Amino acid sequence: MENKILEIKNFYAGFGKKWILRNINLAIYKNKVTAVMGPSGCGKTTLVRCINRLHEISPQAVYKGDILLDEKSIFSVQPVKLRRKVGMVFQRPNPFPAMNIYDNVISGYILNGIKLSRREKDRIVEESLKRAYLWKEVKNELFKKGTFLSGGQQQRLCIARALAVEPEILLMDEPASALDPTATLKIEELIQGLKKKYTIIIVTHNMQQAARISDYTAFLMLGELVEYDETNRMFTRPSKKVTEDYITGRFG
Amino acid sequence: MNADKIFKLALYTAGLFIALLLALAFASLLYNSFPAIKQLGWHFLAGKEWNPVTEKFSAVPFAAGTLLTSILALLISLPFSLAIALFLSEYYPEGFAGRAINYMTDLLAGIPSVIFGFWGLFFLVPLVRKLEIKFGVLPYGAGIFTASLVLAVMIIPYTSSISREVMKVVPRDLKEAAYALGATKYEVIKKVILPCAASGISAGILLSFGRALGETMAVTMVIGNSNFLPKNIFSPSNTIASVIANEFTEATKNIHLSALIELGLLLFIITFAVNLAGHFIIKKLAVNGKNNI
Repeated sequence: MENKILEIKNFYAGFGKKWILRNINLAIYKNKVTAVMGPSGCGKTTLVRCINRLHEISPQAVYKGDILLDEKSIFSVQPVKLRRKVGMVFQRPNPFPAMNIYDNVISGYILNGIKLSRREKDRIVEESLKRAYLWKEVKNELFKKGTFLSGGQQQRLCIARALAVEPEILLMDEPASALDPTATLKIEELIQGLKKKYTIIIVTHNMQQAARISDYTAFLMLGELVEYDETNRMFTRPSKKVTEDYITGRFG
Repeated sequence: MNADKIFKLALYTAGLFIALLLALAFASLLYNSFPAIKQLGWHFLAGKEWNPVTEKFSAVPFAAGTLLTSILALLISLPFSLAIALFLSEYYPEGFAGRAINYMTDLLAGIPSVIFGFWGLFFLVPLVRKLEIKFGVLPYGAGIFTASLVLAVMIIPYTSSISREVMKVVPRDLKEAAYALGATKYEVIKKVILPCAASGISAGILLSFGRALGETMAVTMVIGNSNFLPKNIFSPSNTIASVIANEFTEATKNIHLSALIELGLLLFIITFAVNLAGHFIIKKLAVNGKNNI
């Protein structure tokens, strides 16, 4: 039996008077990779942005329903504390341009004003970069600006930055969509390695990617959850006609 | 010649005309201050005394007055300008409160400076006088401090609008990255927005500085019009602009008039340099901004 870490219950989210997500019910399992796929504008990104409550910082954002993390509502904890348990990697690599690679990795601590000893910092930087498969490439230029790295390296730096604060869940919003195929492959490999320690929710509009890397897949369309199942089953025996049409490329 | 060429020619002429106007303004200032430059020499920049009766003309007391009032005004206005910029770009980018504050700061820039002068004269001068009595300095009321207060209010719209614009172009990606790492709004402002916007804000400060240097009417009304080197920030003084406004009509001797024009030349050069520096920073920022995106 799988361990539930996150449970989304009767959840609605949107902007102003318009709901983008309607009545989402979904359970995310621990140490699994869950892919969220669907055509553009279906609400994939909004869904993951609700899980770390980043949705709320947009003007006019609204939501109802509940999301439970370890059986506790995320709306009952401070967003700042929640976001340290739920890390996020964005679509476009966004290392802090004013910081060097070293500081970028520990930026979660710097931003929160947490003082660390030199040895702790060194340890966190090395460990996080190793987990993000970036250590070998940058260990001799840790004090160069992160923006000098290639796009794929920058994205792995952003992953290291998210891992450095030891989250339980890692949200990834189309992390490879701005990268070339080689860099994409590296990120996919990395995700496979990371699921031993973390629970990963990845948004993708690329079905092959979802099939390759995920254990579970949620298929969203027009703001509603059409189907949610183990990835193998969904890609071989989808229970709904729409899902079948989508994965066989009849639309989307 | 086709219409396209004529239009292009017209544009070139208009552009050239502006450049010519600037060059001619500079040339006529230079030409008319020549008698003073010849007679006074370096004394104009080195002496301490401005006395039309004994024909001693030194720009130093006014340069000091100008720099003191402008720098003080910048220091006073900066916290308010930044607060307004943050309020408008981060806290209330839309909605009634944001729009109202935005309109009001813009309106502040449209108030004629003589009205600021009146307000300073009848409201600030008595207030500063009370403060001076408390501090035990001579209660003139009018002086460098009062002029700085008036100037500070006058330049708030400039610094705040430029700061607001540069804060708005701080990439959303970066702000969200910081939020996603568990930063609070204050931490995002302090560690992401302000560092990213720093060079733009300093350009805004330089442009406001350029404006403060040349502001004439309001300053003339509240600075106390004294031609001596200021002793402290409460001393009555004169800025370059205010002494020109004060003495131009009564300058009967040629050398007096020429010395005033040389003061104008000095102010022209200073403000020109400050503005140039400000624009240079903004231009550099625009290029860097593109690279980041």
